[in-house]
Amino acid sequence: MAPLLQLSGVSKRYGGVQANAGIDLSVDAGSIHAILGENGAGKSTLMKLIYGVERPDEGQVLWQGQAVTLSSPSDARRLGIGMVFQHFSLFETLSVVQNMALIVPGSKGELAARIRDLGAAFGLSVDPQAMVHALSVGERQRVEIIRCLLLNPALLILDEPTSVLPPQSVALLFDTLRALRAKGMAILFISHKLEEIRELCDTATILRQGRVTARLDPRQGTAHDLATLMIGRPMPPPVHPTPHGLGEERLALSNLTFANDDPFGVSLTDVSLSVRGGEILGIAGISGNGQQELAALISGEIALKSGGKAVMLMGQPVGDLGAAARRQRGLAFVPEDRLGRGAVPDMSLADNALLTAHSRGLVKNGFINRKLERAFTADCIARFDVRTSGPQAEAGSLSGGNLQKFIMGREMMLEPSVLLVAQPTWGVDIGAAADIRQRLVAMRNAGAAIVVISEEIDELFEICDRLQVLHKGRLSPSVEVAATSVAKIGTYMIGAVA
Amino acid sequence: MTILAFILAGTLAAATPLLLAALGELIVERAGVLNLGLEGMMALGAAVGFVVTYNTHSPVLGFAGAALAGIALSMVFATLALGFMANQVAAGLAIGVLGLGLSSLIGKPLESQTLDAPGKLAIPVLADLPVIGPLFEQDVVVYLTFGLAVVIWAVLNHSKLGLIIRAVGENPHAARAIGFRVLRIRLAAVAFGGAMAGMAGAYASTIYTPLWADGMIAGRGWIAVALVVFGTWAAGRIVFGAVLFGALSLGGLIAQAAGVALPSQLLASLPYAVTIVMLAVISSNRRRMRLNTVASLGQPFAG
Repeated sequence: MAPLLQLSGVSKRYGGVQANAGIDLSVDAGSIHAILGENGAGKSTLMKLIYGVERPDEGQVLWQGQAVTLSSPSDARRLGIGMVFQHFSLFETLSVVQNMALIVPGSKGELAARIRDLGAAFGLSVDPQAMVHALSVGERQRVEIIRCLLLNPALLILDEPTSVLPPQSVALLFDTLRALRAKGMAILFISHKLEEIRELCDTATILRQGRVTARLDPRQGTAHDLATLMIGRPMPPPVHPTPHGLGEERLALSNLTFANDDPFGVSLTDVSLSVRGGEILGIAGISGNGQQELAALISGEIALKSGGKAVMLMGQPVGDLGAAARRQRGLAFVPEDRLGRGAVPDMSLADNALLTAHSRGLVKNGFINRKLERAFTADCIARFDVRTSGPQAEAGSLSGGNLQKFIMGREMMLEPSVLLVAQPTWGVDIGAAADIRQRLVAMRNAGAAIVVISEEIDELFEICDRLQVLHKGRLSPSVEVAATSVAKIGTYMIGAVA
Repeated sequence: MTILAFILAGTLAAATPLLLAALGELIVERAGVLNLGLEGMMALGAAVGFVVTYNTHSPVLGFAGAALAGIALSMVFATLALGFMANQVAAGLAIGVLGLGLSSLIGKPLESQTLDAPGKLAIPVLADLPVIGPLFEQDVVVYLTFGLAVVIWAVLNHSKLGLIIRAVGENPHAARAIGFRVLRIRLAAVAFGGAMAGMAGAYASTIYTPLWADGMIAGRGWIAVALVVFGTWAAGRIVFGAVLFGALSLGGLIAQAAGVALPSQLLASLPYAVTIVMLAVISSNRRRMRLNTVASLGQPFAG
C-alpha cells in the first residue's frame, strides 16, 4: 500500500538561503512521525510546503500515491491535511465557535455541539462561546487542534506543539495524539525536544541545514545520539552552578500589585521576590501569565505612580523611577522582544550599543565618541562570537540567535549589579544557547544578581539557584532548585498549588 | 413648522451622506485597509451623480454613475496600496486630491445649475405622531441608508462574510494560513467603500442640496473618516456620530437664521468640532479601543 504522504526531492529556496534541499519523506497512516531539527534547519519551511502555504521549487508531493499540487491551504485541507501552527492562527477578537465557523461549515449550534463532543472524546475541553483573547495558551492550542479535527483530517501536522505547554498539559496532549493515532490518523510532529520525541513518536526524520541527515526509530537511540545527528556534533555539557557565598540583597519586589488597563494584558497581584548578589533566580511559567508585565515593572518600562518602595534596587526605592534612572543604579535588561525593544532594527550595531552603553564614556559633552563606540561594539562582537560583517551592520540583518548574543553581550559588558533577562535562548541554536547559559553562570559566580524569565523549564533547572513560578499574575513562593522537581514546578505552572 | 420639527425633519437627511461614506469606510477598515481618499471619492461621486442626473433626469442612473466613479477611483487606490504595497496613508491622500480635481473638472460646465428635489416619502402612522412625526417623512435614500446600517451591523457581527472580513483585518497572516485570499477580500472591501463614497457624494449633490457648486463636499469625507475611527469601528456608534453631526449642522443654520450674535464661520464649524470632541470622548475608553481596533489597519500585506 502506498504511504499516505510521500515527498521526493523537494527543494525550496528563499533568496540566497536554501531552506529545503532534496527532501524525501514518507508518512504512513496510523503513525506519529517526528521531524527533528534545530531552529533554522528547515522544519517550518517543509511544513509550509506540505500545507500549501508555500510551493516547492523542485520535487514532487504524492498523496495516497497520486501526484498533487498544493497551491493553497484550502487545497491541503480538501485532501485531508490539517495543521496546528506554532504561533496560532486564531483570531483573538472572535469567539471559539466563530473561529471554527471561518473554515468549518455548519450552524453555530451544531459547531458548538461538535466542539463539546470532540473535547469529550479526546480530552480537549474548551468553552465554545469563550473569546479567544481570554483563553490561556494551552486552551488556544486545544482550539486549534479541534478546528483541525472538525474537518476529519487524515494527516495532522503539529508545529512545536509542546513549546507553549506546561509539563502536565504535554502529557494530556500526548494522550490525545495517541488516541488519534489509534483511530488511524497520521501525525507529523515537529519538535526539537528529544525526550518527547522518544516518548511519543514511531519514526523520526532529522533535518540539518535544510537536508535530511537521518531517518530512524527514535525509541532505538538515546537522546544523546539524536542530538548529535541534529546539531552535527556532540551536545555541549550542561553547566550547573556550584553553591557559594551570597552577597547582599540587590533587587526586591514586595507585595507589588499592578492593575493592567489593557484588556489583552495581565494584572499582577501581590508579587514578591528577592535576589542577592551571586545567585540566579528563575521565573518559570507559561508565557502570557504576566511575564511581560513583570519584566516591564522591574526594568522601569512601567513606573509605578506611587509607592516606590514596592521595587527596591541596591537598597533604594526605585518603583516610581523610569528605565534610565534604574539603569544608572546598576540594572541591565535583556528583553524578550529583540527587534523593537532590545535593538532598533534599522540602526547599526554600533548605534545600538550606544543606546545602553552611553554611560561607559561613549558620550562626552553631548557628543558621541565614534571611535570608542566602534571599539566597544567590536569588542562585544568578538567576545560574544556574534556572526556579522562588523559594527556597521544593521541590527535587523542579523539572525535571531546572533542578535540575541549581541544584546546579551552589550548588557553583560555594562557589568551590571543586577541583570534581568527574558527568554535568554529563545530561537537561539543549541550551541549558542549553551554558551549564553555558561556566561550567565559565570556572571553569577563573579557576584552579579541575575533574574532569568524563561519558558524553557530545563534551562531554568540547569542554571538557576532558586525558582519562582508565575501563574495568572501571581508569583509562587521561592523554591531551591536542588530541592524540587520538574513535576513540582509543573503543578505551580498550571496553578494546581494554592 | 417649529424649530424642533425642522431639526427632526432635516437631521437624518444631513446625516445620510456621512453615514453612507462612513459605512463603506467601516467595511474597508475592518478588512485592514485605511483609505483616506474618502473626501475625493465623495467629491467625484457628487460631480458624476449631478452630471448624469442633470442629463438623464434619472436619479437612479445618477447614483449608479456615482457608485461606478467611486469604484473606479478606489481601484486606483487599490492598485497603489494593495498591488504595489504603497503606504496607504500617502496613497489615500493622493487619490483624495485626484478626486477633488476630477470633481471640479467634471462639474465645471454645470456650475450653479439646479435639479428638482425628489419627493419625500411619509411612513403611514409614524409620520402622524406628535413631536417625532417629522422624522418619518424623508426621501427614500434616507430610509435605505439607515436600513443599510442595520444590515452592515448584522453582516459584520452575525454572518460568515463578516467573520472573514474581520479575520482578514485582525491577522492577515493567519487568515492566509487558513486559506483565505487576503488581497482579494481587501480589494472587494475597497471597491465597496468606493461605491458607498460615490453614492454619498451623489446624495449630497442631487438630493440634499440639488445644486452644483464646486467644493460642495466641504470636508464631509474627512468627518466620515473620523466617524469610523472615533466610532471605534462599530456601526451603532457611527450612526450616532452621523446623526449628531446632522443635528448640529441644522442647529447652526437655525442659529444663523435667528440672528445669533456669533460669526457664521464659527457656527458653520461647530458641528465638525463638537462631533469630533464627542467621539473622542467615546473612544477615550482605552479598553473599548483596544478590543475594537483593527489590528492590521494600514499595514501593507504581501501575498
